[in-house]
Amino acid sequence: MTARERSLSAPAGVEPCAGQRDGCERCGGLARERFPILRRAVHGLPLVYLDSAATSQKPEQVIGAEARYYREHNANVHRGMHALAAEATDLYEQCRRRVGRFLGVTRPEQVVTLRGATAALNLAAGGLAHRLRPGDEILVTGMEHHANLVPWIALARREGLVLRHIPVADGGELDLARLPDLLSDRTRVVALTHVSNVLGTINPVAEIAAAAHRRGALVVVDAAQSVGHLPVSFAELGADLLAFSAHKCYGPMGLGFLVGTPEALAQLEPVEFGGEMIETVTMDAATWAPVPLRFEAGTPHVAATAAFPAALDLIEEFTVERLRTHEISLTGYAWERLSALGGLNLYGPADPAARGGLVSFHDPLVHAHDLAQLLDARGVAVRAGHHCAQPLHRRLGVAATARASFGLYNSHDDVDALVDGIRYARSVFGT
Amino acid sequence: MSTGMDDLYREVILDHHRRPRGAQALAHPDAEAAGKNPSCGDELTLQLACDGDRIREACVVTRGCAIATASGSILAELVVGRTLDEARRLADAFRAVLHDPAGELPDELAPGDLDALTGVRQFPMRVKCAVLPWITLTEAVAARTEGRVAAETTTEA
Repeated sequence: MTARERSLSAPAGVEPCAGQRDGCERCGGLARERFPILRRAVHGLPLVYLDSAATSQKPEQVIGAEARYYREHNANVHRGMHALAAEATDLYEQCRRRVGRFLGVTRPEQVVTLRGATAALNLAAGGLAHRLRPGDEILVTGMEHHANLVPWIALARREGLVLRHIPVADGGELDLARLPDLLSDRTRVVALTHVSNVLGTINPVAEIAAAAHRRGALVVVDAAQSVGHLPVSFAELGADLLAFSAHKCYGPMGLGFLVGTPEALAQLEPVEFGGEMIETVTMDAATWAPVPLRFEAGTPHVAATAAFPAALDLIEEFTVERLRTHEISLTGYAWERLSALGGLNLYGPADPAARGGLVSFHDPLVHAHDLAQLLDARGVAVRAGHHCAQPLHRRLGVAATARASFGLYNSHDDVDALVDGIRYARSVFGT
Repeated sequence: MSTGMDDLYREVILDHHRRPRGAQALAHPDAEAAGKNPSCGDELTLQLACDGDRIREACVVTRGCAIATASGSILAELVVGRTLDEARRLADAFRAVLHDPAGELPDELAPGDLDALTGVRQFPMRVKCAVLPWITLTEAVAARTEGRVAAETTTEA
């Protein structure tokens, strides 16, 4: 394909990526030089990392900030009277404020610092248990990651709740025509993902949240695939509680957040108990610290909180809008080239502007695991399997898909390497 | 091919994957078992028809990757004519070899095409794929020997 053909086939309505390299149709990736891992080789070949939906790579600034914390500030937070403890506490609380600002949240107390999105969703589900009665209903969707499904399954089983789900229509969108029937006055919680980690579908969260609120239900949003990749405003989404992980948006592993309205957070009971989360303890009674500390039992991952602001700085340096344009460009190009290969089933909306920066596909000729293995031999890292979304794969009628997902550092060349790799895999299988 | 891919995807493996042997369901199986690899979603069903303790027919239907499918196909071919105990010993030997970089399948077990699958050892993530049919066989044989219904076998056990 020539550059000219590529420019002609650029998805309609998509602005050319701002990180152009040769003209307006190809992009060499943004800030690549800041990601040291991208300089390494895999099996003697340059790494082509297409698994950012599982975890994004980390820029030098984040790696350096985490190391600097241990070199210069390491102490436990909130308790100590010494200088290091004060510095560590300051870094920890600064991260909370930074996350709040990033999502447009006015009060830092609205941000609970946890281990990851999974911990945040478990707090949401477990923390609401005491407010739910047998027969109450939880509404989820047919495209949830297990992290936003299994906690609700466990809760429903324990409390005798009814779990319903908004089905996925054939185009990969939620079947919202079903929403009025699925919402009832017994619906207490609506839990849904912002962006599907398999289909890429961006769900109309604000619209669903408004319908849920009319029924008095609480809205819990899994924003693990959206924060840092597309503009996310907590207020505009209309969520009561929102969960995300730092490591999927260029931040460190072991850190995530539950962001909530003060009213929603006040409804939650702590699900972990111990140091730091209490106010007063006697031999047989305890009272909880205020929100958010009551949800932050034990020693948190302070080093990660010291590092995460550097990831948010990077995102804001480029602006999330520009990163989004870049991912749309790559996703549209990948969709187009994968479609042109022939014989692949691609999932989710075809319009790159209606999906997150990932494409999942199924090759009837080469199983996803074999494909991923053969791509790895070419230095191309993709994910293969059910992507922690077994019910969705059952709905799609396949046991496993392969998924290529993008970050700011990915280039159009990376997509070409993927396509060449699939051709190679097919040649090995003699198809 | 590169990076050991020709050790993993040997022609004999690809041939078993393309044309799996023993994929025809048995009308009157004496033993049946199901296996699953929860980490990747691969599933298979295994059936045996026996004359006394000797395997007369075997069927393995795999819903999974080329390695799992080929392994099941090789199994279906290899166990026919063996006693349940011989089949179990072959399964044990194969599993041991996959965890032993220097190990070899003893000739007296007549491992046939199974030798070609030992290349999987270089790819730790894929060992489970190769092992799945064989641990399912072990459970089917145990269930048959003990006169009980086979439990679902998983690679996580």
